[in-house]
Amino acid sequence: MTDTPVIAIADPLQALQRAQQGKSYWKRVWERLRQDKVTLAMAAVLAALLIMVIFAPWFTAHDPYQASVLRRLKPVGFPGHWLGTDEVGRDLWSRMVYGGRLSLLAGVMPVFLALLVGGFLGILAGYAGGIVNSAIMRLVDVLYAFPSVLLAIAITGILGAGLENTILALTIAFVPPLVRISEAVTMQSRNLDFVEAARASGAGALKILQYHILNNVLGPILVYATSLISIGIILAAGLSFLGLGVTPPSAEWGLMLNNLRQALWVDPVITALPGVMIFITSMCFNLLSDGLRQAMDVRL
Amino acid sequence: MSALLSVDGLTKHFPVRGGLLNRAKAVVQAVDDVSFEVAVGETLGIVGESGCGKSTTARLLMHLVPLDRGTISFDGKSIGAREDLSHRDLHRQMQMVFQDSYASLNPRLPVSMSIAFGPLVHGTPKSAALARAIDLLQAVGLDPLLFANRYPHELSGGQRQRINVARALALEPRLVILDEAVSALDKSIEAQVLNLLIDLKERFDLTYIFISHDLNVVRFISDRVMVMYLGKVVELGPVGRIYRDPKHPYTKALLGAMPSMDTRRRTKEAPLSGDPPNPINPPSGCRFRTRCQFAEAVCAAAPPTLEMDGNGRAVACHMLVPGSGHSLA
Amino acid sequence: MWSYISRRLLYAVPILLGVSMLVFALIHLAPGDVVDLLVPPEVPRDVADALRRRFALDQPIYIQYFAWLGRLLVGDLGISFFNNRPVSDELFSALGNTLMLALPATVLGFGLGVMFGALAAFNHGTWLDKAFSAAAITGVSLPHYWVGIVLVAIFAVILNAVPAQGMGAGGFPTSWEQLRHLILPVVTLSLIPMGVVSRLVRANVLEILSHEFVSTLHAKGLMSRRVLYHVMKNAAPSALALMGLQFGYLLGGSILVETVFNWPGSGGLMNLAIFRRDIPVLSATILVLAAIFVVINILVDVLQALIDPRMRR
Repeated sequence: MTDTPVIAIADPLQALQRAQQGKSYWKRVWERLRQDKVTLAMAAVLAALLIMVIFAPWFTAHDPYQASVLRRLKPVGFPGHWLGTDEVGRDLWSRMVYGGRLSLLAGVMPVFLALLVGGFLGILAGYAGGIVNSAIMRLVDVLYAFPSVLLAIAITGILGAGLENTILALTIAFVPPLVRISEAVTMQSRNLDFVEAARASGAGALKILQYHILNNVLGPILVYATSLISIGIILAAGLSFLGLGVTPPSAEWGLMLNNLRQALWVDPVITALPGVMIFITSMCFNLLSDGLRQAMDVRL
Repeated sequence: MSALLSVDGLTKHFPVRGGLLNRAKAVVQAVDDVSFEVAVGETLGIVGESGCGKSTTARLLMHLVPLDRGTISFDGKSIGAREDLSHRDLHRQMQMVFQDSYASLNPRLPVSMSIAFGPLVHGTPKSAALARAIDLLQAVGLDPLLFANRYPHELSGGQRQRINVARALALEPRLVILDEAVSALDKSIEAQVLNLLIDLKERFDLTYIFISHDLNVVRFISDRVMVMYLGKVVELGPVGRIYRDPKHPYTKALLGAMPSMDTRRRTKEAPLSGDPPNPINPPSGCRFRTRCQFAEAVCAAAPPTLEMDGNGRAVACHMLVPGSGHSLA
Repeated sequence: MWSYISRRLLYAVPILLGVSMLVFALIHLAPGDVVDLLVPPEVPRDVADALRRRFALDQPIYIQYFAWLGRLLVGDLGISFFNNRPVSDELFSALGNTLMLALPATVLGFGLGVMFGALAAFNHGTWLDKAFSAAAITGVSLPHYWVGIVLVAIFAVILNAVPAQGMGAGGFPTSWEQLRHLILPVVTLSLIPMGVVSRLVRANVLEILSHEFVSTLHAKGLMSRRVLYHVMKNAAPSALALMGLQFGYLLGGSILVETVFNWPGSGGLMNLAIFRRDIPVLSATILVLAAIFVVINILVDVLQALIDPRMRR
């Protein structure tokens, strides 16, 4: 470090090129993620799950809808049905794999939609402040007056069951927390000195949002959204469990849990199986969320 | 020399909210009827205790905070949406360096982008903006090959402040406000950055407003100095003369409180008594009277006005105005 | 401070109004004719018309809303579609049953949560703490209704130690037989607050322990009881606030566990109402549960403001 303000630089062009290729913050996050073993493991598990679920016919031997009166409630290890059969004789393994499609969809899609709507509203409320903020946050407060389970049940219970209503209900249940966290982080960022400095450069709201707010705000929001997915999967299955979600004869983990409940006295082990899938998937997303949070921490 | 910046009657009051309907219960009189001028090419220092309104004044000048009353004109032009100079154009001419070097930089942008942001916003294409950032990194003494892609948390305080200076210069302003820009740095680094600022001023033909609570630093870098107390200007003039011969009791107390290596100048008693009053309920009349040993009735009755004395000095004190009613006038 | 409290109380009013509007909107968005939803189909035409007029169903929608709201405020929650009895009767006895689960579950979950959280914090860095973190993540990923089923499978089916479902004899539990019915549902329900409370307590206790004056106390040799007392005193307000909120959440969100155990609480009532398309019962239950949740939230806020001056805005 020298005192003189001018340094002779060998190649300004090279410096410029280096600056332009500079690793953006997101690339660094990606690199850190790649080095985190737990996150990698979780990502691998989820990827495997996704592949199995999408290419279900390759991984299963039976039709998930085919019932068989003779083969009802066969236990684990039964020849031909390695996880047994359900209460109307359908192959449990097939139903679990195919069921994954709907369970994952019903769990992930609402969070994605809520992220778009809630994130947008929250960032808007946080940056604009004033009346816009009040209006949005008060509306969100009304939704917050319901425990999320209750809200989801209210919507599907009154409007009717089915996949679309489930996704709608869960999206509405997830928008308030996403609005809240987006607003909170945006307000925090907005009050920081560098945003003031950016305004002092004469930047308008859009440029400030683009260069200064979004890159500081999207991280925490994404981390939170990922953790919401784990709740989404549990809630979606829960709705189906209550008969408010996916309707029979579709295969879905929550629905299976409900159907098999009656078989509790015959074969308790089978009853538990769909729940294991919910648990594993939810856990993976939770750990993924934690890993994401650690990778995004700028100071580490 | 003509005035680059001219400020007249600047006033900003902040409401204090509370109560059932969040009404304004009281008012913080942060800046009250402040007037001064900054000539082209000079460095005007602004000193005062915390809470005297220095930083608020800076933000008012930069139009980061709307003013309640008063006028600001730059280069003779009025500022505003329908005036001679738009806010956007003003920002091209006047820039600011903040105190907290870390908080002033976006932790998720490489520093070269932070510097390039200003030109980008004003329409410069990205590569040209980055090229300018590289030049400025050189100008502030940081090797672009090493520093262009660093993030703020990878730099030391002094380096960050250099980045902040580079950022302020990116739009090629004529006036730069330095709001406690070196206050948070270690002394040796502070010296380096001060020298850098002086070099840059000469190189780029800049005018500075240097805000600080550190009297030594202000004397070192300023041509003229303005002393503020509780939102008002109490004294203004060439730095040498004010430091040698302060006229306002507050200025005298401030300068008297400076520790000195000179064994002949020992202070026996504390120059200032009492606590600084609350800017929410400033004393009536002269705001300094509650801590002034020369306070009299007239000081409570009417606020003193800033009187120029023809020599380029101005003081706001009843003692110096003949006929004000003060016994020492 | 009182201004904060009164502001908070006043704010509840528009929230409750908003809640009622939401429920009302839902009812009117439901598929099918509103009349069919509120009036049993086998009723003769002229009676249906009379009911239509009485409930102002032929009026513009905002008049219907105010009529509905008016009825609510005097306690008329409607008539059950299914058995023609006033909803309020069934609802309040069902609520009592849910309370029988929610109260012990909250206390149990809170107590265990505080214990685990504090233990983990005091043993920060050791295997105990790491085990806690693992358990915490597991806990959050578990569907609690599934845990209920598993518990039933183990303790009721395989071991035959407790009844699998139902409440047994109704009313306040006084006999061991009645209490046996409570065990599994309460334990299942308590997992939710336990997870949340333990994490919060652990974070709070860790933060307090890291304060410098605690190290000073340590250095002076004053350990254990003194430190413990101080830590608990500081961690208590937010933990208690959380407990209140969790209690509210359990009241409103108990439906899943109640379904697993066939418990005749408000959740079970909702379940039946959904099954029977009994909209009056369903909407009234949702409304009351949401209102209770709002009230609990406000009480918690006010209590916090009274105890901890920093909370007031």
